[in-house]
Amino acid sequence: MPLLKDGAFADDSWVQVADGAEIPGDGPVCVSLKRWRAERDELMARGTQIGIRLTSEQTPGQIEDDLRHFGLVALDFPAFTDGRSYSNARRLRDRFNYQGEVRAIGDILRDQYWQLSRCGFDSIVVKEGETLEGWKAAVSAITTPYQAASDGAETVLSLRQRRMAAGR
Amino acid sequence: MYRYDEFDHALVQDRVAQYRDQVERRLSGELTEEQFRPLRLMNGLYLQLHAYMLRVAIPYGTLSSRQLRKLAHISRKYDRGYGHWTTRQNIQFNWPKLDETPDILAELAEVEMHAIQTSGNTIRNVTGDAYGGVAADEVEDPRIWAEIIRQWSTLHPEFSFLPRKFKIAVTGAPHDRAAVRFHDIGIIAKRNWDGEIGFEILIGGGLGRTPMIAKTVRQFLPKRHLLSYIEAILRVYNLLGRRDNKYKARIKIMVHELGIDEVGEMVEDEWERIKTSELELPAEEIARIEKYFQAPAYEPMVGEDTGFAAKRFEDKAFAQWVRSNVAPHKQPGYAIVNLSVKPEGQPPGDVTDAQMDAVADLAETYSMDELRVTHEQNLVFPYVKQAELYELWQKLAEQDLATANVGLAGDIIACPGLDYCSLASARSIPVAQRISKRFADLDRQHDIGELRIKISGCINACGHHHVGHIGLLGVDRRGEEYYQITLGGAPGEDASVGSIIGPALSSDDIVDAVEELVHVFIEWRREGERFLDTYRRVGAGPFKTRLYEERFNAAA
Repeated sequence: MPLLKDGAFADDSWVQVADGAEIPGDGPVCVSLKRWRAERDELMARGTQIGIRLTSEQTPGQIEDDLRHFGLVALDFPAFTDGRSYSNARRLRDRFNYQGEVRAIGDILRDQYWQLSRCGFDSIVVKEGETLEGWKAAVSAITTPYQAASDGAETVLSLRQRRMAAGR
Repeated sequence: MYRYDEFDHALVQDRVAQYRDQVERRLSGELTEEQFRPLRLMNGLYLQLHAYMLRVAIPYGTLSSRQLRKLAHISRKYDRGYGHWTTRQNIQFNWPKLDETPDILAELAEVEMHAIQTSGNTIRNVTGDAYGGVAADEVEDPRIWAEIIRQWSTLHPEFSFLPRKFKIAVTGAPHDRAAVRFHDIGIIAKRNWDGEIGFEILIGGGLGRTPMIAKTVRQFLPKRHLLSYIEAILRVYNLLGRRDNKYKARIKIMVHELGIDEVGEMVEDEWERIKTSELELPAEEIARIEKYFQAPAYEPMVGEDTGFAAKRFEDKAFAQWVRSNVAPHKQPGYAIVNLSVKPEGQPPGDVTDAQMDAVADLAETYSMDELRVTHEQNLVFPYVKQAELYELWQKLAEQDLATANVGLAGDIIACPGLDYCSLASARSIPVAQRISKRFADLDRQHDIGELRIKISGCINACGHHHVGHIGLLGVDRRGEEYYQITLGGAPGEDASVGSIIGPALSSDDIVDAVEELVHVFIEWRREGERFLDTYRRVGAGPFKTRLYEERFNAAA
């Protein structure tokens, strides 16, 4: 499925490895938390980048000490109405100061793009047949948000403060 | 009141455009109804029994005359000439067409209104004390904080897909007119021992299938930390609230299952990490918002208006109206006026376009262009001169909005019930209308005194029956409408959840039953007692005996 990253469709260098599947010889691989726990040493010994998939039931707190090993954390949306991964992404960015890629996988509508982006996601696996225009329109739907989140975006509050400081 | 600046305007315009696109995608078939549903709900559009219903946000119940005229216009142009004030200080239109809803929102945006988060599993439109800024017993103006919360919660990216809906209410007075103890978060502004004003934060209150009184999670929170603390509560809830069962998904169940201490620890832990972030409110921003809620230009007056006192003496009907519908104002010479939207025999909370226009004109003349919607589905004029009360009373009577029954037997809360709602088990409105007619005699209502009758058409409890002095819950008994009676509920600072007193009674018997309960109260009451006080003192016994042993066949 297509990968949307930093506002454009991009090649996906990560191989998502299912729990029972064989791990490819080289290249970045992304595995489940279960597999990471079971095969941590083997995965580390490969010397390539490692990513981890978390379900919406799992939290970044469970991998806090290992975060520095991961180039990718993929957070799942089992249904687009399950909003836990938004909070998990925010904790990854704000509490654990995670700098790698945070990816949204699962059931995602383009209407959620701006929310994902604000909560610190930088890539999304989108459904086949979706247009870039649609997603671009969705992410820019709200020009200036009220509240601070994890994207460092200019907020209504910061604009008001700047205006106040300028004496206008 | 708050006025939008260019940023507020831009955000609401953006939201209208976003929603218009979503409706177009639904109409073209690009979105399935299943995909569209949560999107429309986030914008207050429900699908009811016969049609769509649009719920428009009235933040903490505050409206200007201009906004009310727009609501009147919308009801005329896009609906059937009426609207319905809700128990969350909002207004609902019952017959909009899907393809016209973006136009309605565009019209609302012109007058600084919207329907954002009036539904869905989101932080809902924030509610507050309808007497905010004018109540004689106020410690802090709750509107300032409700507005700050409104802005923070609007389109919050993290909290748009919560386990369930989330309601926040704010009061700044010891007498709780906002039912804060029955909200997911209740906020009470108060002074600490040093005289500093801050907030007591309560969580886990709610009605519905499992009524619960909120518990205090923090005794005193300095003002600047309000948003970081609420965000901490929401984050903990978003991650841990149950998602396996819609009826166990509210924060009240999480608090009940984990205990307030454990939840409190998690909230405090989260808060410690975020309290010095950008969420910490700058003093200038608080001051900026406070400015919008500064006291208006009151005319200096000393003590009570003499003409007002004379009119009360001369005109008994006026005196009666003043007793039930007028409340003390913090400013000498001014009064708070409640407009009863519960005239005898009418559906509670319904208002016609003509009434809305008339009320807008009256608010402009008598209440500095402003009015409020109460959670009891009435309206409030917050800035009325005592000297003009008599004139206003006469003009309100012409609009059928001066019934002297606020807080009395005729001031019934009822959900839309089976007349509109697809969830309902029984009708609510016709029962309210029959009770209202039974107690039509205003002298009798005044003799009975404060009596809160609340009616829900199903266990979801939108009519707040759990907190009625007398609560009625509609149930379906083999295709017939029956009503279960609860007694002793109270929504305010003396919060309690009513108790069921016996088997449900038929629709034919229910109005007689309510009247019998009132008879029992009259027989047992002591000087100065309300129905609730007598019930609390004597217990359910005499009420039960009368209904189920003497009056009705309990096997019914």
